[in-house]
Amino acid sequence: MWLPLEIALTHLRNRKRQTLVSVLGVAMGVGFFIAMAALMQGFHVYFVSKVIDVWPHVVIKDEYRSAPLQPAQRLFSDGVVMLRGLKPRDELRGIKDAATEIAALNRRSDLTAAPTLRAQVFLRYGSKDVSATLVGIEPEQERRVSHLENDLIAGNLNALHTAANGIILGDGVAKKAGAVMNDTLSVTSPAGVILKMKVVGIFRTGITPIDNLESYALLKKVQILQDRPNVINQIRIRLSDVNQAHSIAKSIEARLGYRTESWEETYENILSIFVIQNGIMYSTVSAILIVAAFGIFNIISTVVHEKTRDIGILKSIGFEERDIRHIFLIEGLLVGLVGTLLGWALGYGLTRMLGAIRIHNEGFITAEGFILHYTIIHYLIAGGFAILSATFAAWLPARKAARLNPVDIIRGAA
Amino acid sequence: MTPLLEARGVMRVLPGPVPVTLVRDIHFSVQPGEFIAITGPSGSGKSSLLYLLGLLDVPTSGSIYLEGRETSKLGRNELAELRLKKLGFVFQFHFLLPEFSVLENVMLPMRKLGARSDSLMRARAAEILDELGLTPEARKTPDQLSGGQRQRVAIARALANDPLIILADEPTGNLDTKNGRIVFDIFKRLAEQNRQTVITVTHDPHLSEHTQRQIHLVDGSIAGTEHPALV
Ligand SMILES: Nc1ncnc2c1ncn2[C@@H]1O[C@H](COP(=O)(O)OP(=O)(O)O)[C@@H](O)[C@H]1O
Ligand SMILES: [Mg+2]
Repeated sequence: MWLPLEIALTHLRNRKRQTLVSVLGVAMGVGFFIAMAALMQGFHVYFVSKVIDVWPHVVIKDEYRSAPLQPAQRLFSDGVVMLRGLKPRDELRGIKDAATEIAALNRRSDLTAAPTLRAQVFLRYGSKDVSATLVGIEPEQERRVSHLENDLIAGNLNALHTAANGIILGDGVAKKAGAVMNDTLSVTSPAGVILKMKVVGIFRTGITPIDNLESYALLKKVQILQDRPNVINQIRIRLSDVNQAHSIAKSIEARLGYRTESWEETYENILSIFVIQNGIMYSTVSAILIVAAFGIFNIISTVVHEKTRDIGILKSIGFEERDIRHIFLIEGLLVGLVGTLLGWALGYGLTRMLGAIRIHNEGFITAEGFILHYTIIHYLIAGGFAILSATFAAWLPARKAARLNPVDIIRGAA
Repeated sequence: MTPLLEARGVMRVLPGPVPVTLVRDIHFSVQPGEFIAITGPSGSGKSSLLYLLGLLDVPTSGSIYLEGRETSKLGRNELAELRLKKLGFVFQFHFLLPEFSVLENVMLPMRKLGARSDSLMRARAAEILDELGLTPEARKTPDQLSGGQRQRVAIARALANDPLIILADEPTGNLDTKNGRIVFDIFKRLAEQNRQTVITVTHDPHLSEHTQRQIHLVDGSIAGTEHPALV
């Protein structure tokens, strides 16, 4: 066996209990990291995959990101002109030339586009009033931009055509209204139009904000409700490569001027919660590993102190600083390695346990139990971080040991 | 003929607010096979001189030559390599690694040097232990040995890489007369039979009588040499 390794092992064997505590500290950091990462990334990945499955990747809206510049500002762009008390013009809402735009977009090979009219409505059923977003769609086109059809738990999309006034409700909307299939609701729009509509479908995407707010009807019916014939206010787009959402949204917005959102922008708030969540996870786990690193620092400092005599004799024999440093670095590395292996087992066990728990949970996502994301990457990150911090914790006492002057040690002992 | 070891004008001063001069004006040379005692009162600088000669410490001024090679310009790693290959130390306290057996302790310098296969190292270590009458103790750990046995193990380890020079600092200081005699007889044999040089610090006049030459230190400088160098 390599001599520094052999000596390192004798040192750790001499302090079994302390070594065990340090190893367990590392193992806990690694294990918790793996379990927490599986949990948090599980929700994140599930949410993202759900959203890009059910939601259009890009939406063109009938609004502008910033108010159009006044002619005077356009003329003096460097700020000599200041306008006060400007009253924005009432714009006629709706996307102009929508049909031409959609046709133009659909000629591109990397996306498909479909028209919708979104409106806020009141659903009245019995004594209950529920506010909801009613999305007017063309079923044939909608099929190509979202997977609404896959999420139907009752009814089907074609029923919108066959029923006189069909409406498809989100699971949560239906529950709030207390409505089930084939019930007839009265739908009131801000324009004052009231339509009797029959529930021909119920969908559940699993994403709570969608299920609790959205409902669908034929585009024509929504235009009647809104009293805006032939007007649409959103173009929904599905991409062949979802990763292009941000850049395609940007380029469309630059061309049309209309506010164009990628799904990431629409769900920015929720996605940013995942970022915060990751931050919390990493700091919790770092805290555990820092405590473990202190343990390692402590044990190796103690060993260096205890074994000063041995260091002196090894140096007098002709061992170099490098050899001495290796001995103590190996000790840290060993604690880190064994801790990592144990931590991997612990993390695996914890994720299995979490995976077996069945509870109903309703956050952004509705699920029975925890959604876990299993990946070797979590194991590698946790292990790498643990071994790195263990080695770093060993580095300081190892360097101190390597620099000890043998003459001082031998004199001190004599 | 170049001497094996030579000190020319060696001085060692510990820096500090009040600098301490450990040794000064040290001039002497040593030939192969010599058995030399460094004597002198306590605090006269005997240990300091031995550390300098053993390349554990570096002189503040002056030079130490080993086989004609000046050592003061060498780096720490080169000095460590010279100690490993050419020098062997024995201290007043045994300084064995407590977790390793007698045989393993003797093998330590060989393993660091790495010049021989494991089985050859084992055989050589067993041979050295045998020469020092320690064969029955080979598998024991240091805490199972008597003081005299431990000091002989320390000598065995000093001999591991067949050093040119063995440096000992009061090796008999903790031993009774009988064991002290045994240690000195070993040194004498090494010098006479193996032509290895032995330099030992001692203040036991009965033992230093048996050496060929005594270097007497007073206040860090050589006050007299009992038997002048042979050459
Ligand atoms: N680190 C030190 N700081 C201060 N004084 C020291 C130090 N090391 C040695 N000395 C002093 O140097 C002198 C020589 O010490 P040493 O070489 O150990 O003498 P000896 O071995 O002959 O007893 C002694 O007076 C001792 O007190
Ligand atoms: Mg001394």
